[in-house]
Amino acid sequence: MSEPHPVDASELETVDPKLLHVSDEVAIEITGMNKWYGQFHVLRDINLTVYRGERIVIAGPSGSGKSTLIRCINRLEEHQKGKIIVDGTELSSDLKNIDKIRSEVGMVFQHFNLFPHLTILQNCTLAPIWVRKTPKKEAEETAMHFLRKVRIPEQANKFPGQLSGGQQQRVAIARSLCMRPRIMLFDEPTSALDPEMIKEVLDTMIELAEEGMTMLCVTHEMGFAQAVANRVIFMDQGQIVEQNTPYEFFNNPQSERSKLFLSQILGH
Amino acid sequence: MHDVSFVRHEMLSPQPAPASQVGPLRWARENLFSSILNSFLTIVSAAAVILALAHLWPWFAHSVWHAGSLRECREMIAQRWGEDATGACFAVIRDRWKQFLFGFYPSELYWRPTLSFVLLLAALAPILFSAVPRRMLWFSIAFPGIVYWLLWGGSLALPICVYAGFLVGMLVHRLVGPRFGSLLALIGGVLATLIWWFYLAGPVAGLLETILPFLTLEPVASKRFGGFMLSIVIGATGIAFSLPLGVLLALGRRSGLFIIQSICIGFIEFIRGVPLITLLLVASFLLNIFLPPGTNFDIILRVIIMVTLFSAAYMAETIRGGLAALPRGQYEAADALGLDYWQAMRLVIMPQALKISIPNIVNNFISLFKDTTLVAIIALLDPIGLVTSIRADSNWNGIVWELYGFVALIFFICCYSMSVYSKHLERRLRTDHR
Repeated sequence: MSEPHPVDASELETVDPKLLHVSDEVAIEITGMNKWYGQFHVLRDINLTVYRGERIVIAGPSGSGKSTLIRCINRLEEHQKGKIIVDGTELSSDLKNIDKIRSEVGMVFQHFNLFPHLTILQNCTLAPIWVRKTPKKEAEETAMHFLRKVRIPEQANKFPGQLSGGQQQRVAIARSLCMRPRIMLFDEPTSALDPEMIKEVLDTMIELAEEGMTMLCVTHEMGFAQAVANRVIFMDQGQIVEQNTPYEFFNNPQSERSKLFLSQILGH
Repeated sequence: MHDVSFVRHEMLSPQPAPASQVGPLRWARENLFSSILNSFLTIVSAAAVILALAHLWPWFAHSVWHAGSLRECREMIAQRWGEDATGACFAVIRDRWKQFLFGFYPSELYWRPTLSFVLLLAALAPILFSAVPRRMLWFSIAFPGIVYWLLWGGSLALPICVYAGFLVGMLVHRLVGPRFGSLLALIGGVLATLIWWFYLAGPVAGLLETILPFLTLEPVASKRFGGFMLSIVIGATGIAFSLPLGVLLALGRRSGLFIIQSICIGFIEFIRGVPLITLLLVASFLLNIFLPPGTNFDIILRVIIMVTLFSAAYMAETIRGGLAALPRGQYEAADALGLDYWQAMRLVIMPQALKISIPNIVNNFISLFKDTTLVAIIALLDPIGLVTSIRADSNWNGIVWELYGFVALIFFICCYSMSVYSKHLERRLRTDHR
């Protein structure tokens, strides 16, 4: 967990609200979900419905269970009680279902987690070739398309270790996109970056939002939340404490806990 | 008041380092003569090295290469260099070098191990060097069968039938997979291979032999194998099989499946807890007692199995270290992309874990190769066993340094090449900050 770097929303690209369309189709449905680490109750009675095209920002103090929540959605963490339905498939211990959901749900990590022994291009084509069985040439074309989109096609043949943090994170986003996911999860994507590089990653994410990607994003970037999120979820002690539109959440928080959190995160 | 304000208007461009700060002179000054004490130590060390070489040199300079016995050697040295002169009697190596290479392999068939060695280099090339075309790997796969046939002789039908077992297993795996899931496919494939090997391979090989009688070489018994050929056969086979076995054991030990984990831990801990000599003695004396009567299980094969198992246990722990060193994020990223367990291991985890473990893996290889000399204990004539038998010859009785030195030199060359290769590999696989 790192220091929050609140980027002022005015620095980011402005988004045409017409582009941010939310449909009625359900993308993720979580009902009565609970998770324990041994005896420790990390997530308590989570109920959340995500519609296709939503951009949800999950905020909250360290250890509030935000990351654990989104990691449950692609089964990097197992839940012990309740139901998670992603794209109509329920998450159970059935490995086939898990692999199916994982290939439909992209994830971007705080520490990028690029594969250091593979080039940027190979990082992007690995899963399409082996999971989707895409022919190599086609996978490379797709990869180049997404690398152009995140504006680093010229780095395709370098190794991750030769790139800056911001570039690595943009590659990580491109790598996820190469699987043509219907949902993207972001687990503190800018927390490990130098302040100078945060904006380039956020801009990439905003472009993605404009294209109608369903996004769940754990972040401390309140500027990002104000610019693109249609919903902010505030968590504390493993529970959803408050959810609202960004405007309402930032200007008129309801719970005491949210008020305290906002005063701490925005107060300096 | 100090003036603290400063603004840089022009950024500096990089400059070369001063000439006195680079090159060999600087290196010598920094490493050899950096202070009076260091200069003194440098001179003393150099003197010690020169002195040692000066004492050793006559021994090499007075060496004799043409003589029939140790006594002849000594006479020639005394005659040529004076009564007190010492000198090496390398004539013994000249006399026995074929034995050192091939043991008691029939001399008219020396071409077979020689050809095998050349083929070994060819089979290694695509594995060791990325510049060699990938298609050569097919030869590397076929190589063990060809070499078995070349060295031991007999019919080529037997190796072909052993290979066919793998094909049968793969075929069954392919057929069962889509209908009954991957676990049953794996079990089915392994079972099919075993059934083929134990019940069908024999008769089929017999049949094949009668159809293709021209593919039969004169058989050579294992007890005639010896020298470096034996070391290389045991060492290379052990190295080739212990790595994959070690990988499987390491993965098994880290898997969450209780039974597999227990078996792997039990195996690793048992093998590591027992001296290799014990295992070799078991292979030599006890194993035949446990096997069904009438089975003649080749002694070299038994030794190879024991050496491989022994080395695999160490290899497993080495690789487990590499696996543990990988950040968890790598596993998670592979999972999150939808790769299944084997894909994640093969494409993401193992390449990195093996790379981290290269120095230790090569360390294991080197110690395995040197441990092949332990087979002298169970009366196999590896180079050490040969030295003992050569020294028992009345002609060469009393000769020590030359023989052991020669064996040491050859082992050193082999082991040092492995070490050099591992450094090369580490450099080649380095992907950061190039």
